[in-house]
Amino acid sequence: MRQKSILERVRLLGRSSIDVLAVLGRSCLFLFHALVGRGGIGGGFQLLTRQLYSVGVLSLAIVVVSGMFIGMVLALQGYSILTKYGSEQAVGQMVALTLLRELGPVVTALLFAGRAGSALTAEIGNMKSTEQLSSLEMIGVDPLKYIVAPRLWAGFISLPLLALIFSVVGIWGGSWVAVDWLGVYEGSFWANMQNSVSFTDDVLNGLIKSLVFAFVTTWIAVFQGYDCEPTSEGISRATTKTVVYASLAVLGLDFILTALMFGDF
Amino acid sequence: MSVDSACAVELKGVTFKRGSRSIFNNVDIRIPRGKVTGIMGPSGCGKTTLLRLMGAQLRPASGEVWVAGQNLPALSRSDLFDARKQMGVLFQSGALFTDLDVFENVAFPLRVHTQLPDEMIRDIVLMKLQAVGLRGAIDLMPDELSGGMKRRVALARAIALDPQILMYDEPFVGQDPIAMGVLVRLIRLLNDALGITSIVVSHDLAETASIADYIYVVGDGQVLGQGTPDELMGSDNPRIRQFMKGDPDGPVPFHFPAPDYRADLLGAR
Repeated sequence: MRQKSILERVRLLGRSSIDVLAVLGRSCLFLFHALVGRGGIGGGFQLLTRQLYSVGVLSLAIVVVSGMFIGMVLALQGYSILTKYGSEQAVGQMVALTLLRELGPVVTALLFAGRAGSALTAEIGNMKSTEQLSSLEMIGVDPLKYIVAPRLWAGFISLPLLALIFSVVGIWGGSWVAVDWLGVYEGSFWANMQNSVSFTDDVLNGLIKSLVFAFVTTWIAVFQGYDCEPTSEGISRATTKTVVYASLAVLGLDFILTALMFGDF
Repeated sequence: MSVDSACAVELKGVTFKRGSRSIFNNVDIRIPRGKVTGIMGPSGCGKTTLLRLMGAQLRPASGEVWVAGQNLPALSRSDLFDARKQMGVLFQSGALFTDLDVFENVAFPLRVHTQLPDEMIRDIVLMKLQAVGLRGAIDLMPDELSGGMKRRVALARAIALDPQILMYDEPFVGQDPIAMGVLVRLIRLLNDALGITSIVVSHDLAETASIADYIYVVGDGQVLGQGTPDELMGSDNPRIRQFMKGDPDGPVPFHFPAPDYRADLLGAR
C-alpha cells in the first residue's frame, strides 16, 4: 500500500513536470510566432502607439506617485541612519544608487505587472472568451501578430522608460525631503550623487535590468491571457497567475542579475 | 490526392481527439458547392468542433480537410491565414471587436486585406450593412446592439471580402422569433444572391431544415445520416428519426445512466 502511494506520488510528480514543460514549450513557440516571421509587429506603427499609450502612458500615474513616495521614504530612512555617523551629506548618493540599481527597475516592474500586466492578461483573455481571437484567425489575420506582438513591443519599450522616470521622480522626492525639509546642504546632496553614480555601472545596469524585467513580465502577461481557459473563472485565474509569476520572476531574476553585475566573484 | 470540384469542402477520413477521448472517428463529409448544407446533431456532439476543423482552427489527428482545393492541415501557418480569406464565419456570439464601432468592424477585413481607398471601403461597408438591414446602425458600438443585431453585423463583416464559403455556428441560438426569421431569410438570400457555399451548424431543426439543401446528422463521433431534409424526415434510422422528430426518449436516452430508480429510492431509506 505504502509502495503504491510512493509510486502514485512519483507519477503525479512526473505528470506535473510534463505539464510544466508543455507550458514552457507552448510559451516559447508563442513568443517565436509573435515576434519572428511574416507580418513584423503586426499592423504597424499605429497599433504600437495605441498599446504604448495603454501599457505605458496609463501606468505613468502609479509609477510617478510610487517613485516619489519611495524616494521620500529613502531620504527619511537614510537621513536617520546616516546622521548617527555624521554622514547625512551622503543621503543623495544613497537615494540615487538605491533607486538606479535596485528599486527603480524592481519596483517599477512589480507595479507594471500589477497594473499593465494584469490588464493585458484580462484583455487578451476576454478577447479569447468572446471569440474575437478566433474571429481574427478566420478573417485571415494572425492574432499573434495583430494582438500579441504590439503589446509585447509596447511592454519592452515602456517598462525601461517607466523605470527611468521612477528613479528620476524618486531622486526628486528624496531631494525634497532631504534638502528642503531636513536641511541637508543642497550642494553636498547633488555633488555626492554626481561623484558616486557611474553611468555604466549604475544607470546602464539598471536599464539592462529593466529590459530583462520588461521582456519577462510582458511575455508572462500576454501568454497567460492567450493560453487561459476562455471562461470568466479562467480569466481571473490567469490574471492572478500573471501577477504572481511575473513578481516572482522579477525578484528571482533581480538576484541573478545583481550577482552578475555587482557581485565580486 | 484529388478533390471533387463539385465540393467546396471535403473531409476525408477525419479523426479528431481531445486527449484520449475520440470526438470524431474516420468521418467523411462532402459539402456541395453553392448550396446551403446543414450540420445537425444533439448538443455536445461536436458540431462546432467540426466547423473549427473545416476552418483549420483545430488539426485532425488523421485525415484530410480540403477547402477550395487546398488540404488545410498540410498548409504552413502563413498559407493557412491566406487560405482563410476565402472563408467567412459567423460565430455564435457574433465575436465583434468590442473596441470598434459597427462601421469599423465591417471595414476591418477590407482594411487589413485590401489597399482600397477609404471612400470605396465606406461604400462596400454601407452595401454590406444594407444587405443585413443595419445601415442605420453604422455608428453604434457593439455594446449598444441587441444579440440579433450583433449577429447581423457579424454577418456583414463575414461577407465583407465576398468569401466563397460562409460558415454559421449555431446562428439561431437565443434569438427571438423576429430575429430568427430575419437570420433564416438572410442566410438563404445571401447564399443565392452571392453564389456562395453556406454551412449551417445548428440543432434548431425547423429553421435549418427550412433553408438547407442537404443535411448531415452527426453523433457519437460519426455521421449518423445524410440527405435532403425530406429524406431525413423519412429515415428508418431510429437515431435520426428521434432527432428529426424531437422525441424525448429513444436511442438517445432521456435519463443519464443511473442505478435502478426503485432500488435507489428504497436504498435511501
